[in-house]
Amino acid sequence: MELLSGNEAIAQGAWAAGATIGAAYPGTPSTEAMEAFAKLPEVYAGWCVNEKVALEVGVGASAAGARAFVSCKHVGLNVAADPLFTAAYTGVNGGLVMLVADDPGMYSSQNEQDSHYYAAAAHVPMLDPSDSQEAQDMTADAYELSERFDVPVLIRSTVRISHTRTPVEPAERATPPEHPYESDPAKWVMMPAFAKPRRKVQLERIGALEAWVETCPYNQVIEGTSAVGVICSGAVFQHVREALPDASVFKLGVTWPLPKERLRTFAASVDTLYVIEEASTYLHDAVAALGIVVDSTPCSLPRDGELNPSLIRAAFGEAAPAHHMPADDVPARPPALCPGCPHRLVFKELSRLKAIVCGDIGCYTLGALPPLSCMDACVCMGASVSMAHGFELALASKGHRPVVGVIGDSTFAHSGLSSLLSTAYNRGGGTICVLDNRTTAMTGRQGNPFNGTTLQERPSREMDIEGIVASLGIEDVSVVDPNDMQAVRSALKAATSETDTLSVIVFRRPCVLIDRVRSKPYLITSCTGCGVCLTLGCPAIGKHADTGLSYIDMDACIGCGQCAQYCRFNAIEVAE
Amino acid sequence: MSNKVFLCGVGGQGTILAAHVLAQTALRCGKHVKVSEIHGMSQRGGAVVTDVVFGDEVASMVCGPGIADIVISFELIEALRNLPMLREGGHLIVSDELIKPASVLTGRNPVPADLVGRLQAAGATIVPARATAVEAGNAKASNMVMLGALSAILNFEEGAWIDTVSAFVPPKTVEANIDAFRAGRAFFAEKGAAL
Ligand SMILES: Cc1ncc(C[n+]2csc(CCOP(=O)(O)OP(=O)(O)O)c2C)c(N)n1
Repeated sequence: MELLSGNEAIAQGAWAAGATIGAAYPGTPSTEAMEAFAKLPEVYAGWCVNEKVALEVGVGASAAGARAFVSCKHVGLNVAADPLFTAAYTGVNGGLVMLVADDPGMYSSQNEQDSHYYAAAAHVPMLDPSDSQEAQDMTADAYELSERFDVPVLIRSTVRISHTRTPVEPAERATPPEHPYESDPAKWVMMPAFAKPRRKVQLERIGALEAWVETCPYNQVIEGTSAVGVICSGAVFQHVREALPDASVFKLGVTWPLPKERLRTFAASVDTLYVIEEASTYLHDAVAALGIVVDSTPCSLPRDGELNPSLIRAAFGEAAPAHHMPADDVPARPPALCPGCPHRLVFKELSRLKAIVCGDIGCYTLGALPPLSCMDACVCMGASVSMAHGFELALASKGHRPVVGVIGDSTFAHSGLSSLLSTAYNRGGGTICVLDNRTTAMTGRQGNPFNGTTLQERPSREMDIEGIVASLGIEDVSVVDPNDMQAVRSALKAATSETDTLSVIVFRRPCVLIDRVRSKPYLITSCTGCGVCLTLGCPAIGKHADTGLSYIDMDACIGCGQCAQYCRFNAIEVAE
Repeated sequence: MSNKVFLCGVGGQGTILAAHVLAQTALRCGKHVKVSEIHGMSQRGGAVVTDVVFGDEVASMVCGPGIADIVISFELIEALRNLPMLREGGHLIVSDELIKPASVLTGRNPVPADLVGRLQAAGATIVPARATAVEAGNAKASNMVMLGALSAILNFEEGAWIDTVSAFVPPKTVEANIDAFRAGRAFFAEKGAAL
């Protein structure tokens, strides 16, 4: 037995089924699945620039006959939805399995959408493992399912599956059946003439899947009292077992399509029937649509966020065991940009400029938090560039503060580049800052086209951001060291003084977590207590409560010298 | 019946490694185990919590208010924050390390008043984790001191702990980590709050 995370187990399952091609874009809580797959023998695994590309690589590999593995986080499936819906028409050649990891509770995401809806909307089967052993076994079986029914299969996990380690008997690798490639335009060329018959194939397949799911062993009834019946899946199943040990439970291992007849039989066998799920009404609505009467829990369950056994007990009127009340004087501990983070001064200077900042997703989203507090909007990956264009258009005829889009290197590759192409094409104005810290830092420092590192360390090359931008006809392109306050200030000033033209500034300096090099730390010698250094939000700088004077925590300081440039009194010096 | 241990601290303190060693020890001793980590923001100084649940049978992988048999905190403020997780009569083990969050560093919030006193009133055993680790020869091994303290409560043989510590810490640091573990175990055996 090994303790594997759900992500590692899913990778192991894909490998055991003989998957040879893996494609993904990172995103919490899915990232480690492709990282684990990449370390297994005899596979190709790579980061793609975004999830749509990753799924399309998977569809191509499947068409060519390989078993393919694709993974992403829930919002990644929004990006990959286009190929998903039509791959559900073409079907597969080699099995195609995609992990989509949801984040109820939004530990590290911008929303908590439920991926079940995609399975139902695209008519692709979805499996919900409830621990790592199931995650491995279901993923391995999903390949056979994918080939038998000629359809991509989704594995749906959540944080508590992907990031929970449970014991697993790691599966051995099997040799999958051969699926040699044969040209078949009627199956793979989805223009109307061919898509119409494939749509009929899809509808027939739905019928076949509905018949299969009635006997699928992944749907299980755990018999308990007939007084209470619960329908649930995934991590919630584990919470239900703990909170309601006497209840009869219908555990859905397959959440699309639903086993209608078995659910009706189950419902008839219990006096009251509940559907328990996280941050969604997908299962509730789908079960109710079968004509099954779903009861409301005596007290309501939360409509958002994660569940746990305590919340389920509370919904059934059981008070929480005695415990200490939360203290109201505990200061929050939000994450912060690291000491020496190359993103810091860009935000400091943008706030001095009083710019309207369209932000994006990555470590630099932390620039929205105090004391930098320098972001007006952040919606989804790539949106900084396109939203800045929208701001510029709407504010054009009015006097307005400079509009600046701020985007990381990985996010620029993901979708910012196509936004910039669009702004350039439409002759939009404004300033775009590409924060090129040479990595995809937020999700754990993965490779991307601009740092030229690949998942399995295959040779690549660093793509040239300035060159690409210049090739769009954008004339005002500069490269600036973001740790040089004067350079950052003057570059932003120059770029934002011309509102009609489009300027791009590439702020280039590696993330401090890449090499973790430290220089001599700084210390504050003759502080006047002006507090400017504290406005940088560096975790290494503090203020003595009694004197109001600043100090530097020399263990935390990495010697970047950002703060020293802001001290008018030259009181911050390298410690000798 | 399962045992629920709730570990908390700040990114970089080694809570996740400690949770992993605990889980591997339980597995080695024939228990079913689940370890659930929330570490999304850990590298950026955010709070880190890990639930370790083990027993003959384990269903849910998380604790809730009043559920944890043991809360072990690697930092004082995080101990106060997570105190509600502790069940009545449960064990509370807290490192004496204080890591100030940004709002405290910059003077926007004070350190909660009488932090240590309040934790002790809740039954905490305060462990001088860093000082003990330094004494044992590795300032970075305070997580192993905490784990050692925890081990004094749990019914796993010392040998099983030593084996898993050796297997999961970096090879060059095995000895220092074991020394730190033993020091934490001895400290708790002597000073641990009697319940
Ligand atoms: C569609 C989508 N895919 C993936 C993610 C997960 N994600 C959030 S930030 C990020 C990487 C950001 O990297 P970069 O833009 O280079 O900024 P850095 O964190 O390095 O500052 C990723 C992959 C997401 N939020 N949305």
